[in-house]
Amino acid sequence: MPGRTKAQADASSQDADMQDVPPSGQDEINQDAEMRENAEAEEEEEEEEVEPQRVRILPGSTDTAASFEFTDEGHTLGNALRYVIMKNPDVEFCAYSIPHPSEPKMNIRIQTYDGTAVNALKKGLSDLQDVCDVVAEEFWTKRQQFNSEQGIDR
Amino acid sequence: MAPSAEELLRRNTVGINKETVSNVASTDFPGHFPGEDHAFSIERFRSAFSVQFHRNELNDASFSLIGIDASLANAFRRILIAEIPTLAIEDVYIENNTSVIQDEVLAHRLGLIPFNGGRDGIHNFLKWYKKPEAGEDPYANSFDWNTVRLELNVTCTVNEDAAPNENDPLKAYNHAHVYAKDIVFVPTGRQVEYFSGDNAIVPVNPDILIAKLRPKQTINLAMHMHKGIGADHSKFSPVATASYRLLPLIHITKPIIGPDAEKFQRCFPQGVIGLEKVTREEASKSGSGYEGHAGEVKAVVKDSMKDTVSREALRHPEFEGKVKLGRRRDHFIFSIESTGQWDSDELFLEAVKHLKLKCKKLEQQVINMVQ
Repeated sequence: MPGRTKAQADASSQDADMQDVPPSGQDEINQDAEMRENAEAEEEEEEEEVEPQRVRILPGSTDTAASFEFTDEGHTLGNALRYVIMKNPDVEFCAYSIPHPSEPKMNIRIQTYDGTAVNALKKGLSDLQDVCDVVAEEFWTKRQQFNSEQGIDR
Repeated sequence: MAPSAEELLRRNTVGINKETVSNVASTDFPGHFPGEDHAFSIERFRSAFSVQFHRNELNDASFSLIGIDASLANAFRRILIAEIPTLAIEDVYIENNTSVIQDEVLAHRLGLIPFNGGRDGIHNFLKWYKKPEAGEDPYANSFDWNTVRLELNVTCTVNEDAAPNENDPLKAYNHAHVYAKDIVFVPTGRQVEYFSGDNAIVPVNPDILIAKLRPKQTINLAMHMHKGIGADHSKFSPVATASYRLLPLIHITKPIIGPDAEKFQRCFPQGVIGLEKVTREEASKSGSGYEGHAGEVKAVVKDSMKDTVSREALRHPEFEGKVKLGRRRDHFIFSIESTGQWDSDELFLEAVKHLKLKCKKLEQQVINMVQ
């Protein structure tokens, strides 16, 4: 697919721009920690629970080829999300990894033919929700059916 | 061009060979097979997906999820084990313990006891408990809506009514054994509304042995229960086991007849392989492999779900090239054994809800991230 090679050449020029981003994620992590502390301080006053930001784009990412870091997620979501994102025809490549077992972090890499990686991630998350709805609905229908057939009253 | 039924079966079968497994990875992705559309669509998923119930008891449910990928089935299984919250003993305040079992071992044993109680109270009224920071009042965060108090006070005494030479400690002494049923629930605040009568917090099995005592030994302690998840400590796991296996497939490629058929049947668990008479019609068909065997028995697959896939049939030279074993890639036979705080079928539904909620929250986070 010649068109694809061209798109990738464009992507690599964008990649160079991203070199300006600090190569280490350290600064951003500290910022995150500060934000979290601030959020917690507000929490006590408002009683409203503010979720800390658990997803971030890793440095060096472009629009069509990005890595995302999920804090406090593991194989449970990683593999399921990887599968659904791979089912998206706009996605050229998708994989997940847990870089170190003692860090509660999960990384997802998405490269697309068409559209942005962020959109592919969003679509993946929403498709997964749809799957959950279908599974729950079918499970409950069959459960009710089975219980009435077997005379289980619950 | 749509693939043939044969090709679909091949794609859908994980091969179980004598010493290896083959065709393990899923291939249902766009671009994997030229000209085929494997893009995700919820309508397609809905029409391919189905559930079959096999058993549905409070503490033991079994059902099949058909037409789903391993990554999704595995997500549900992992959530069942590690992410559904339950209530368990977290803190033990030991006033006095003169039994032979050490404080820390006793506390650990108490933590592992599964408890049950009013569902509305456990699932809706009780919320997460936040551990106080170092230096803070240790009870600063303990409220009726996040802490359940239990007490255990037993002292062993000599049973005066027992025969003088009684050897059985259970008869010679009172409270020689401390059981889970000796634990007393002490409702505080609004807990009375949710956990009284049949809804009281009680051990799922009253006969769990906690410690053994001899006269004058005593255990005197209070416990605090909190909500937690299996990822933190397995005592919080709502399931004893939550597992799945793939549906076994047995394909007899060439006829197995006569004494061989009986031997073949014995290679599998009972009920998997049936024996049928070769009909005259089959025997008269040339090239079927049954020629001249009318009236003899032949092996047929009766219920492959009962198979344990021991591969015994593959060890015998007489069946070589006559049988193919496999498993269906998208047929997951789930088995969920609840520890009692949830119903087994309810647990699976909870796991599905949990995954959805997780995705929903993260979707919002992705939107926040881009802004």
